[in-house]
Amino acid sequence: MPVSAKWATLLVLAALIAVTPFFFPSSFYYRVGSLIFINGLAVTGLVILVGYAGQISLGHAGFIGIGAYACALAPEYLGLHPGLAAVLGAVISGLVAWGIGRPILRLQGYYLAVATLGFGILVAMVLANETEITGGPDGIVVPELGLRDLLELAGLDLRGSVFWYWFSGLVLLFGAWLALNLHRSPTGRALRALHGSEVAARTVGVDVARAKLQAFVISAIYASVSGSLLAFQNRFITPDVAGYLHSIELVTMAVLGGAASVLGAIFGAGVLTLLPQVLTVFAEYEQLMLGFVMMSVMIFLPAGLLPTILRLIGGRSE
Amino acid sequence: MSILEVDGLGIEFGGLRAVDDVSFAVKRGEIVSIIGPNGAGKTTLFNMISGIYLPAHGRVRLEGEDVTGVTPHLLARRGLSRTFQNLQIFQEMTVLENAISGFHLRERGPVLSDLLGLRGSRRRAQEAETGARRLLERVGLERVAAHEAGSLSYGALKQLEIARALALDPTVLLLDEPAAGCNAVETEEIDKLIAEVAAEGVAILLVEHDMKLVMRISNHIVVLDHGEKIAEGDPAAVSRDPAVIEAYLGTQAEEASHAHS
Amino acid sequence: MSELIQFLFSGITVGAVYALVALGFTIIYNASDVVNFAQGEFVMLGGMITVFSFAAGLPLPLAALVAILVTAGIGVALNKLAIEPARGAPVVSLIIITIGASIFIRGVTQIVFDKQLHRFPSISGDDPLELLGATILPQSLWVVAGAAAIFVALYLFFTRTMTGRAVLATSNNRLAAKLVGINTNWVMTLSFALSAAIGALAGVLITPITLTSYDVGVALALKGFAAAMLGGMGNPKGALAGGLILGVLEALTAGYLSSQYKEAATFVVILAVLFFMPQGLFGRKSTERV
Repeated sequence: MPVSAKWATLLVLAALIAVTPFFFPSSFYYRVGSLIFINGLAVTGLVILVGYAGQISLGHAGFIGIGAYACALAPEYLGLHPGLAAVLGAVISGLVAWGIGRPILRLQGYYLAVATLGFGILVAMVLANETEITGGPDGIVVPELGLRDLLELAGLDLRGSVFWYWFSGLVLLFGAWLALNLHRSPTGRALRALHGSEVAARTVGVDVARAKLQAFVISAIYASVSGSLLAFQNRFITPDVAGYLHSIELVTMAVLGGAASVLGAIFGAGVLTLLPQVLTVFAEYEQLMLGFVMMSVMIFLPAGLLPTILRLIGGRSE
Repeated sequence: MSILEVDGLGIEFGGLRAVDDVSFAVKRGEIVSIIGPNGAGKTTLFNMISGIYLPAHGRVRLEGEDVTGVTPHLLARRGLSRTFQNLQIFQEMTVLENAISGFHLRERGPVLSDLLGLRGSRRRAQEAETGARRLLERVGLERVAAHEAGSLSYGALKQLEIARALALDPTVLLLDEPAAGCNAVETEEIDKLIAEVAAEGVAILLVEHDMKLVMRISNHIVVLDHGEKIAEGDPAAVSRDPAVIEAYLGTQAEEASHAHS
Repeated sequence: MSELIQFLFSGITVGAVYALVALGFTIIYNASDVVNFAQGEFVMLGGMITVFSFAAGLPLPLAALVAILVTAGIGVALNKLAIEPARGAPVVSLIIITIGASIFIRGVTQIVFDKQLHRFPSISGDDPLELLGATILPQSLWVVAGAAAIFVALYLFFTRTMTGRAVLATSNNRLAAKLVGINTNWVMTLSFALSAAIGALAGVLITPITLTSYDVGVALALKGFAAAMLGGMGNPKGALAGGLILGVLEALTAGYLSSQYKEAATFVVILAVLFFMPQGLFGRKSTERV
């Protein structure tokens, strides 16, 4: 994508983040907004893996879990400052992704899907079972990040939900910037090439195994940071954050947005995060709706909801 | 001095000997064509030379070094490049991006640099783009550079693959049916392109069915039938070789007799 | 020693269920090249529908029959509404569709029924029997017998009947089957119906022992898939072997290592098979043609 498209995307994103609060009927929506950004961050990472490199991961919430629980546990067990705990979480996620990625990414299709699924479930299982350390299924408290207090000292007094809205929005912008840089870079091209044809990519010199691993590790770090943000914002996490359903939701968000673009990722995150909010009355119908959305989009709009909408608006391009 | 040497290559698929004891060599600037009836094992042979299949027997030597079983991406680093019979184009990328991807070995750099969009990353990408545009001009595709690759005609895609293969600045170029499905004009353009590339010193190995092209352009021809080499020599010699005529006519005679019964 | 036998008994019992789920996967995979992640829901539906039909007053055998037929119908609907329209879609899409279907089915179930655990009476009572120095529930014997009967019946079906052979032919080569006059659409419908019915029957048999609720399908699908992969995707013999091996492995892990991590056994198996033996015990290695 040319330079202008990258900056256009970032501008649109920044504008959305900056302008939307004016339409908030109540401060509750700051929380929804930051949740969308946090999800959007994880999905952006997933887009790098699924959209650019054409791989599958049904266990990505596992990395979210690692990032989240690192923030809950490292300050207590290692005495780390919460911010550093998040960094540690990212490092661990990256290492784990690097470790399991090598064998797992040799697989394709259903096998890759199930292997990643297995990984995600194992992480969730460990988090749920090791009750002494992790607090088990009932969850665990997460310490304060402390950033808001720092800002207060600097004279900026923000309410919790407002702070988190802007902070996660900023982190998302940064993550989007990285992903957009990647898309038009040599590494990004290598990923997209192996997506198009692995054998041809090899023929032009792409080390396919290494490239896939890079995408996997990068997307794992995105997920980890997303998990850390979630943990700090809510001050509380449960093993569900690493669970199978969460992984599936992430993939659905990616697919809704067309799986190939950063904007699409955030669009998908937005739609699927808002859905349960819109359906609070019908909370029981959440699973039904999720399943229905997943099926319908893939059957009728396999290119994704956003690309189809754009195509309808823009007309067929030559 | 041969750039590429193939020595007793053989492979089996589920008990069937797809290629059996095939040997030949290609020199710098030489054009060697591999011909033979359908199913003779030509593409399998290509896949063994280009590292996609691991040969069960025999050796492949590139500039004197044994490269048997070396994976394609490492062979690319050693200067071996190829195109594909069934077109392996990167459909979701533009024509230009397809060509740029051929410069992967020259434009690649640290991931971090690419993620942060550092100057080094942008410079590498820019140089690759310049080189790619030049190649697209050479094959006449510069006008459709921004088009999505999937929208191009079959003949144009064949040329795009060749452009991408040339981006590697190869010492050996394997072309798998470059003129298949092309009309007379397109075939002539490919003919010229191949001759130009050979004149620049690249060793070219060609699989083709278009006999006119083969006879016109080849310095040397290797004939395969049922996985074995049945003849080799210059075009004139091969076209007169009784074994070759038998292999081709034999098939045609068989088909003719079935048609009558 | 009797402890080991005890674990083996429970392992074989649950393994029989995994084998049936794996068989369901195999039938659909053979017919359509699709891995149906909603397979576990068929087992769940078999149990749940029986529970509520029985509670509504139907005699148990009839309730079970209703459950099996309704589930078979749902399987056919799944094929017609979700999978056929997506013919030829990339693997990612099909995965999301069948996972979406399983989530949808779960969502509907929790509304139509509820989220509680349920059971109904066993076929021949709950008094454990003594066998080889360990105890075994009569229902376990029913489960194993039922699974064995299904496997035998299907073996005969696929090898001795015209219809069965038509199904096999279709799974081998769809186009060729069409060309010789086999109605491949009907074969697909039959495959899904069969697969769903088998899953439902497994659910009916196992519920008196393990109870059922709206979300038992997820774990079952994963384990059934693991078993199918272990045995070789697409191979019914493999489904049986894989299911039993997985069940026993799980029981032994629960017994000797940690019952909390017995599920981990499944995933270790999945990962080990995928890394070292992707074609499974009875599968064939495939080569990719370029």
